[in-house]
Amino acid sequence: MALSQSEVLAGLAEIVNEETGIATEAVQLEKSFTDDLDIDSISMMTIVVNAEDKFGVKIPDEEVKNLITVGDAVNFITAAQG
Amino acid sequence: MSSKIVVTGVGATTPLGGDVPSTWRALLAGESGITTIDKDWVAGYELPVTFAGQAKVPASEVLTPQEAKRLDPSSQFALIAAREAWADAGSPEVAPERLAVEYATGIGGVWTLLDAFETLKERGPRRVLPMTIPMLMPNGPAAAIGMDIAARGGVRTAVSACASSTEAIANAISRLQSGEIDIVVAGGCESGIHPLPIAAFAAMHALSRNNENPAAASRPYDIARDGFVMGEGAGAMVLETEEHALARGAKIYAELVGGSVTSDAHHITAPDPEGTGAARAVLAALKQANANIEDVVHINAHATSTPVGDIAEYTALRRVFGDHLDKIAISATKSSTGHLLGGAGAIEAIFTVLALKERTAPPTINLDNQDPAIPLDVVVTPRKLPDGPILAISNSFGFGGHNAVVAFRSYN
Repeated sequence: MALSQSEVLAGLAEIVNEETGIATEAVQLEKSFTDDLDIDSISMMTIVVNAEDKFGVKIPDEEVKNLITVGDAVNFITAAQG
Repeated sequence: MSSKIVVTGVGATTPLGGDVPSTWRALLAGESGITTIDKDWVAGYELPVTFAGQAKVPASEVLTPQEAKRLDPSSQFALIAAREAWADAGSPEVAPERLAVEYATGIGGVWTLLDAFETLKERGPRRVLPMTIPMLMPNGPAAAIGMDIAARGGVRTAVSACASSTEAIANAISRLQSGEIDIVVAGGCESGIHPLPIAAFAAMHALSRNNENPAAASRPYDIARDGFVMGEGAGAMVLETEEHALARGAKIYAELVGGSVTSDAHHITAPDPEGTGAARAVLAALKQANANIEDVVHINAHATSTPVGDIAEYTALRRVFGDHLDKIAISATKSSTGHLLGGAGAIEAIFTVLALKERTAPPTINLDNQDPAIPLDVVVTPRKLPDGPILAISNSFGFGGHNAVVAFRSYN
């Protein structure tokens, strides 16, 4: 059963919070991982790997650079579940 | 040029306490920090040794989860100790280019290395954390401290097994006397209570096997001693030129008057039974201090509680001090803390400094039957040290034939 967009957002926010300490409510669709949330590349790789585990999807390395905003990641994961 | 070097701050996290005051209180009270390891892996690996000196206060209770996540446990301990020392020194104002770090470890990030290998084997290369290398490198603790206090005058790591952190403190002297550096944060850390180091040290028959009574297992100089007890934690001290310390009105614990390093080139693990290299290290430190052997009133001995190591150190001390050795108050504090390996010299240097400042030599516990082959005046209850200018040394020796000695003088 695929998760809804808001469910993916909530799960991703938990992963971001666990890795960086950023409050889950600050992880919003329009936020940029680097510019708004100040997440560095090392944390980003850890978030990606944890998201793969949590949502049962594969996020190729070449795709990671396209995930600028939280919304990009949520959309990718939501589609990849399908 | 040469200027006096003084100790203006101390910090530690040890099996006796999460900071210097609690550690020192427990040490003077004759407590043991050695306990049975309460982890599943002890039984899982059928380890022959089931106890150690575990940090009294887990690092996770002090650091934020995000700080801890990017630091090996050894670096976590280092950061806790360094922050305490820095705050204790009054968080000095100093130009970053004139602030340096000399911070040691014996083994490095062993937890990170071995956990990462488990992850690789079980889950593949993509799951290996991107921070693995900076977390496992032996200079990781020094780098973490350097970042935390913005030290840009050089961050270095001495690695000489159990002599590492004493060597790091000794290495601070030339930096401070160069005129280029005002303050050095020096010390060392270790987090080696992991099944592999325990199995490996046990394979050497270096560890006590007193699983039934852990608190009595570390018993330097006692006839029944059967090996050392692994400990974990860290110590750090703020070392500063006297001019700089006085100019900012810092409190001063003691003066660092000597630090020397020699090597045995005898055997990779066994101490030189004649103690020649160790004796040379003590003499060199005293020479730097412009001191006579009669000036020394207290020694924090290396004294790990191994059958041969304790005798070899005694032999070296007798060579240096002759009859005066009988007048020196000897403390073997590993009896309480266990052996912090790369952190041992740092916490013992702190104990030495506090002994001078408070004129009190800390006790050696578990000395029930002193080995007649080691006729030392061992302190078993806290003992008052003389008034007036007094000098004390702290010894550390490491696998590889490393000998390191630091000498401190009381400061008025």
